[in-house]
Amino acid sequence: MSLESKMTHVAGAHKSNLVLYALSTCGWCRKTKALLQDLSADYHYVDVDLLEGAEREAALEAIKKWNPACSFPTLVINGNRCIVGFKGEEIKEAVARGN
Amino acid sequence: MATKVVDPDRVESLYRRLKKEAEGSGYHLNPDTDFTKLLLMSLLINEERYGYAACPCRLASGRKADDLDIICPCDYRDADLAEYGSCYCALYVSAEIAEGRKQAAPIPERRPPEEKRRKAGATAGGFPPTVLSYPVWRCKVCGYLCARDDPPDTCPICKAKKERFERFL
Repeated sequence: MSLESKMTHVAGAHKSNLVLYALSTCGWCRKTKALLQDLSADYHYVDVDLLEGAEREAALEAIKKWNPACSFPTLVINGNRCIVGFKGEEIKEAVARGN
Repeated sequence: MATKVVDPDRVESLYRRLKKEAEGSGYHLNPDTDFTKLLLMSLLINEERYGYAACPCRLASGRKADDLDIICPCDYRDADLAEYGSCYCALYVSAEIAEGRKQAAPIPERRPPEEKRRKAGATAGGFPPTVLSYPVWRCKVCGYLCARDDPPDTCPICKAKKERFERFL
């Protein structure tokens, strides 16, 4: 199974390429998911704590490219930048602009 | 790895116990009880999943020896409370936040990355230490000693305020 196959798609009206790396247990990750949903953002997410073996390694490699500290939540926007942590205003702007 | 469902009664009883313990030793739980109870549920999930209550907001390795610093309350809680007014998860918060005078907000990660943690472990000093890695503070009221960057806001033993501490070593 690939990492992509473990991603959950949340459909929304605001289309851009948003990938959220989260933990199923983390309060700030929960707030980030709720905000993206409130903003009707179209996004994919994966809860890295629920992955094992090669899939977890692949997720960590993907996160480290954007956020070497490998902390959560890490939101990758259009494959060219990322927002680390629940930064509500930054996330709102990124969703509104689509980049 | 499936997410298990935790009995709400266990969350309630953990909440009551931690709140009592926190308040009894000068700490405060986040006053947003929904947020706090979800974190406690996550702690119980982690306890079942790993065998220890790893921080819900960090990725545990599943190897206890590598995760000792992030077993809740983590090694970084008090430094984060002193600098930012909350721990990394915002489970523990300052009096200011507990009393609703300030909102809890996300804070930067203090835990060093894996490579640095390994190096620090490999270069640990001998005993007794020739150089103190932390200053030692003394509560002038009850004599409680603690080795950390700053004294606690409240003495966990006698509840004296931070200003009653003196630099001891």
